[in-house]
Amino acid sequence: MAVYVLCMVLFCVGIYAVVSKRNLIRIIIGIMISENAVNLFFIATAYRIGGRSPIFSPLTDVQNMVDPLPHALVLTAIVIGLATTALMVALAMRLHEKYGTFDIAQIRELRG
Amino acid sequence: MSRERDPGMSLIVKTITRLTVGLILLFGIYLLLHGHLTPGGGFAGGVIIALSLVHVMLAFGKDKAFEVLSVSGAKALEGIGALLFLAVALLGLAWGAFFLNFVPKGEVFELFSAGTIPVSNIAIACKVGAGLFSIFVALVIMKHEPTEKE
Amino acid sequence: MVAIYVLLGLMIVGAIVAIEVKNLLSAVVALGTVGLMMSILFLLMKAPDVAITLLVVEILAVIILIRATIKRDVEVPEEKDRPIGGLIALAFLLVLTLVSAGAFGELPPFGEPQMRVASYYLDQGYSLEGEPGGTGAANVVASVILDYRAYDTLGEATVLFTAVVGVLAVMRKVGRKKDRLATAKEPTEEGGSA
Repeated sequence: MAVYVLCMVLFCVGIYAVVSKRNLIRIIIGIMISENAVNLFFIATAYRIGGRSPIFSPLTDVQNMVDPLPHALVLTAIVIGLATTALMVALAMRLHEKYGTFDIAQIRELRG
Repeated sequence: MSRERDPGMSLIVKTITRLTVGLILLFGIYLLLHGHLTPGGGFAGGVIIALSLVHVMLAFGKDKAFEVLSVSGAKALEGIGALLFLAVALLGLAWGAFFLNFVPKGEVFELFSAGTIPVSNIAIACKVGAGLFSIFVALVIMKHEPTEKE
Repeated sequence: MVAIYVLLGLMIVGAIVAIEVKNLLSAVVALGTVGLMMSILFLLMKAPDVAITLLVVEILAVIILIRATIKRDVEVPEEKDRPIGGLIALAFLLVLTLVSAGAFGELPPFGEPQMRVASYYLDQGYSLEGEPGGTGAANVVASVILDYRAYDTLGEATVLFTAVVGVLAVMRKVGRKKDRLATAKEPTEEGGSA
């Protein structure tokens, strides 16, 4: 329960950066922090106290495994997160090339 | 020491890169091929292979990295990865279901086991590695552009 | 158990540093520390596959972000926040956290997952030659992402392909500056339609 609430706090830190910052790179950083928080929440729901990794072993009969399903979901989500981050960085670089700044307020003024 | 038109970083970085980049590539291939036995798999292996190419590109400049894998080669590799993954899925359809594991499973805990899973791992690694490498190439070439202009 | 809380607290501190520090390069490095601590946390929560993947992905993300920020306006002269909007957002997020704390009470407690779906995968085991069920893979996560739930991976491949095409299309040189294209005889196939 406390772990879940701390994940939520981390998520809120990221969302606060997205809402209140004006620099594009800092907004991208905020989105990445939120992504990480959501991934961490999924893995935390899968954890079992005293559990083992979900990998069978030829030597011992592994009992009490943790939940492998959120691991699989998060594994794909991480790679997708990197690809979308690269897309955001590409858009930010293109905006910087066109307007000469990362400040979204100035970009909005320069557009009209 | 570094001349004006010498692309890449200093001599120390180049020497260390020459020593370590093969090991990084080998580690990526190991993780990729043992993905069904140990932690790792296609995603991590593909990203590590892309990182070894990125390492070459950062240390030696982009021309040296394009000797290893050109942009059109990366695009072809990504397409091959996607098509291989789809082919595995569609071949399963011939045995009765999409994504059916139709290859004999073999001996557990051996390298050649688990049917289609290693093939899918290789396909995913091709796709992820080539895709991330071409993303990085696009960003780096874009960054070098203003310096060439002036 | 204590280590999990300590690492989570450090992650929150690192995240606050990443969004509040003046220098953009320092912000990117602080983001990298958040990722590394989360990788250790995944290892403590018995998810080694995810830990390896997150470690390498975070390295690549930090490299890409540094390439984006370095030599551009790294020291932003006056980076003003929006004070009113920031306060409203802070109040809203506080309320959201309190409400979600009530919702988290309905979940199964930390450390005791229900595993309604996953128990099927674990019961199948690795199934020897000739037995029905199972995939023959020792790593259950690999058998989930590539056999039981391969549709997820197919969708992931599609999203990755779309993102690569998007980056190449945004970054292409063709048709952007006509005059420069006429003078410079550079090969233009880097940004073509993939």
